[in-house]
Amino acid sequence: MNSNGNDVVRKHMLSMLVDNQAGVLSRVAGLFSGRGFNIDSLCVSATTDPLISRITMVAVGDMSILEQIKKQLNKLINVIKVMDFTDADFVQRETALIKVRAKPEHRAEILRMADIFHSKVVDVGAEYYTLEVTGDEGKITAFLQLLKPMGIKEVARTGAVALARERK
Amino acid sequence: MIKEGNPIKLTGSEIIIKTLQDEGVDTIFGYPGGATVELYDHLVKSEIRHVLVRHEQGAVHAADGYARASGKVGVCLVTSGPGATNTVSGIASAFMDSIPLVILTGQVPTNLIGNDAFQEVDIVGITRPCTKHNYLVKNAEDLNRILREAFFIARSGRPGPVLVDLPKDLFKATVQYKPLKEVSLKSYNPTYEPNPRQLPKALDLIREAERPLVFSGGGVILSKASKELREFVKKIHAPITSSLMGLGAYPGTDPLWLGMIGMHGTYCANMSSAECDLLIAIGVRFDDRVTGKISAFAPKAKIIHIDIDPTSIRKNLPVSVPIVGDCRITLQRLNGLLKNEKLASIKKKRAPWLEQIQKWKAANPLSYVQAETIKPQFVVEKIYEMTKGKAIITTEVGQNQMWTAQYYHFEQPNTFITSGGLGCMGFGLPAAIGAQIAQPDKLVIDIAGDGSIQMNIQEMATAVQYNLPVKVAILNNGYLGMVRQWQELFYGRCYACTEMSTAPDFVKLAEAYGAVGLRASKPEEVEVVLRKAFDTPRPVIMDFVVEKEECVYPMVPSGAPITEMLLV
Repeated sequence: MNSNGNDVVRKHMLSMLVDNQAGVLSRVAGLFSGRGFNIDSLCVSATTDPLISRITMVAVGDMSILEQIKKQLNKLINVIKVMDFTDADFVQRETALIKVRAKPEHRAEILRMADIFHSKVVDVGAEYYTLEVTGDEGKITAFLQLLKPMGIKEVARTGAVALARERK
Repeated sequence: MIKEGNPIKLTGSEIIIKTLQDEGVDTIFGYPGGATVELYDHLVKSEIRHVLVRHEQGAVHAADGYARASGKVGVCLVTSGPGATNTVSGIASAFMDSIPLVILTGQVPTNLIGNDAFQEVDIVGITRPCTKHNYLVKNAEDLNRILREAFFIARSGRPGPVLVDLPKDLFKATVQYKPLKEVSLKSYNPTYEPNPRQLPKALDLIREAERPLVFSGGGVILSKASKELREFVKKIHAPITSSLMGLGAYPGTDPLWLGMIGMHGTYCANMSSAECDLLIAIGVRFDDRVTGKISAFAPKAKIIHIDIDPTSIRKNLPVSVPIVGDCRITLQRLNGLLKNEKLASIKKKRAPWLEQIQKWKAANPLSYVQAETIKPQFVVEKIYEMTKGKAIITTEVGQNQMWTAQYYHFEQPNTFITSGGLGCMGFGLPAAIGAQIAQPDKLVIDIAGDGSIQMNIQEMATAVQYNLPVKVAILNNGYLGMVRQWQELFYGRCYACTEMSTAPDFVKLAEAYGAVGLRASKPEEVEVVLRKAFDTPRPVIMDFVVEKEECVYPMVPSGAPITEMLLV
């Protein structure tokens, strides 16, 4: 049926505005689990309007699945607007806290890498440093790759948030 | 009618009842309990009629049958905990079939919620995936707004069940009554008017088509578009088929009618879908029971798909001209545009296609072999003959449902009431009760199987209590028929757990409930029993002892293309 790249499975960034009401997140998440859609990451928070929250989500699927996801989300009574950032111009950021093993012979290297990635050391322990880093998905992934040989103990990521770029 | 004026103080119970009355509710199906006893005290002093069922599942199915037969929103009221959980099957069925219902459930007091209190369940959590929307009311001030929103959501756009959970402390709470002037939900705005740019595209396809096929469904009936559909079909002179949920929107005796399509559809309808070059789908969702193997469905056709719900469009099939909009309004627009078309030559153009269709009709019409035992199809045919196709028919699920869809040629919408999407056994009897209440002057018949009828048999007490003269026709073969059929055809006749070797004597059971019980064991007794039942102004159970191992044909095996039918 579709042979123009529409059946490629990839990550899609969706940003939606929803009523700030108990249970809304449950509805959105339930929609996905109930229909077998895959959520890669999910980030919810308040907006400047106390009645409205923003959910930023990365979903995995091909174009036809994405179309269904967007339509099903729009169908929910509490969902006000769904924006698909996937092929649009947008700014994306994510924060990660990384607990990396800091053997004496690696410490200098870790601090050097942190400096390159504009990452801060937010906790120091006998064997571990906790680093905080913010950036887009590419930057976080690269940083984790470079730290991996040292030994990463734990990672906590917020999931992506994004806003569309304004026309210049 | 909402009156504006000086704010007054009312209790939660009073607000609920007033709001229900303002919404035009005159009937509620329900079953009281600890959480709702306070509300019942007020309800019984109001103008709203309460129908006491015998199981909460019956309350929801009855509200469902009432909604389908009346075109109004069906309302039910149950208590917390087990009362609420008993409604889930009924709610899921209404959700699948898009029926407008408001289900009011009692709940434990707000300070006990989440405490594992007596008769507490998170019914909002449980029904989140099977309601169009649901609410837990936390403040009595919100009662009016939430109920108004619930009714609005239930009946607008693609209709559906809405549940409102009512903690019991709200019933006695006294608050200022500030009725909502108008419901406005910024996040919910269904599209009724079709995009005018899509209509000429549809007309282009209709003009070019040599072998068009109209495929209508439940959406046409929900949209009350039967008249517009008939006009449309006549104008473009195209043959028409329908899903289970759409039966009755187009008259079953018209020459352009092909019969139902799908797993147990007619040979002619299924073959037409495979050979058509244009499929005009109106108010359908291309369910798997219709399409069979989806990659093989309507392979030669371009598709026009009209539906009010954008999620149904392009969910299962790619579509050439998608039109999001209300069926009735869209058909009106199309009919208007068709007035300017030169339709005179169309009949000539259609002739070869209609000839081919006649050949299919003649090759494999619906048929069964008469025998010394009563054939279940014969019972349905007799019911059709004797009611002249004018009764309201509800069904249970399985073979009884399929034979009804095949052999009763529905003429009008809202006369065929069945649990299509969920296929919930036990639906038919309570739905018949709801339909009878909505249409007290019509003949209402529940065509059932011996398995299904036992699932909500307790509702016979409801029928007798309110003297609702529903007629239950049990096609009694002593088996869980449809599953037995699959076991016969695909599992070498290994009837694992489908033999209902023990069943009540349905005649004595009817009498035990205070109803009339009749039995027919020979073909010549069928008409006599039906005549007696129809002439009796009381609820009747008719036990038709039918052929034990009869199968529904045609049958498309699961996963096969619908052109590969088992015919006998």
